[in-house]
Amino acid sequence: MNEPVRIKYAHPPGHVRAPYFLRGKRGIVITNLGPRIDAERSAYRQTAPKIDLYRVRFSMAELWGDQAEHPFDTVDAEIYDNWLEWENRASPLGE
Amino acid sequence: MGGLDAGPVVPEDHDYALWEKRVDALMVIASGRGLFTVDGLRRCIEDLGATAYETMSYYERWIASVNQNLLEAGVYSTSELGARMADVAARGETYGDCTGPGNE
Amino acid sequence: MPHDEIIHSPAGISASGHPYREDQDAPLTYWQNMEIAIRELLVEKNVTTPQEISATIDAMDARSPADGARVVARAWVDADFRARLLADGSAACREMSFDIGALKLIALENTPDIHNVVVCTLCSCYPRNLLGLPPDWYKQRAYRARVVKTPRAVLGEFGLKLPATTQVRVHDSTAEMRYIVIPLRPHGTGEMNETELADLVSRDSMIGVAVARQP
Repeated sequence: MNEPVRIKYAHPPGHVRAPYFLRGKRGIVITNLGPRIDAERSAYRQTAPKIDLYRVRFSMAELWGDQAEHPFDTVDAEIYDNWLEWENRASPLGE
Repeated sequence: MGGLDAGPVVPEDHDYALWEKRVDALMVIASGRGLFTVDGLRRCIEDLGATAYETMSYYERWIASVNQNLLEAGVYSTSELGARMADVAARGETYGDCTGPGNE
Repeated sequence: MPHDEIIHSPAGISASGHPYREDQDAPLTYWQNMEIAIRELLVEKNVTTPQEISATIDAMDARSPADGARVVARAWVDADFRARLLADGSAACREMSFDIGALKLIALENTPDIHNVVVCTLCSCYPRNLLGLPPDWYKQRAYRARVVKTPRAVLGEFGLKLPATTQVRVHDSTAEMRYIVIPLRPHGTGEMNETELADLVSRDSMIGVAVARQP
């Protein structure tokens, strides 16, 4: 773990589980929670293969720049694989 | 809504009204029956739009979402719901009057 | 026992023969009407029964932060349980015979260097199957918007001030997992038993906006 990732900078309409304030931000993956039902599909009654869900940690400095109270405080969030760009992998996976 | 401006946190709490507990129970039961998922519940609350946060209370948004989900699941039709809501309103003035017979 | 017969108000008995509860005296709203109609349709269509609805309400009423407090107290006194709780929060709760259903729980350990706080910015996810229903403020915009950006200011509004040497970790429950904070065990509690220790653990300390009480 501790792999660096960036949340995709995309803004689709509808039900999305990557919070707006994390889009385009860099973090590190701290836990692989394994394959899970994709909430964004399930919300629309679609069945789909499970996708991996990760806990990703972001520093307040990364998220808020000089507005951060304390730059080394962190936010952890659960992010589905299809929202991640893996910085150390040769090519992007999936979409 | 993370990171948006907002006022001070008001550490309030309220006792849940009976109707709110019933909404909660219907949500638990219907989702437990597989009629919708928690994700579907959230999606329909989001689809109510941002003004719903100003004009509707928490459990008003939930019952609106439970309803939308149950309609999509085909459990009842809009017209059945409308007919029943008219019947309910005709029973009296207050929630206590209208909550109906056979209420366990 | 029907819930609407628990409390008798001075107004007496309604036209339908049921005693009033205060929250049932107000004019019927559109959404309350919808709740009654949906509940009746679900019973008529055999999706559920009045008994199941009552039992579900009772089960939720029976859950309270006291359950979470007992989990925390056990983690304070039993290092092996604490390790199991940190490895698999749900399994540890079931070990203590709590009926948590499908709750997927992650326990977050506070240390002198790390203070954890939990939020759901997207909606209001909360470990309700262990702690009961969340407080109003947790579900409202002010907390959800601000705690991921200025957690120390928000904690300050709850009366909690943390030193700069402590890292604040905010956990946003964006998907399936639910979170409970294990607050630091207060000093001077070495002689206390689990029951006494559980009394020191407030709901707010398990969300992360407070610390455990001093004895």
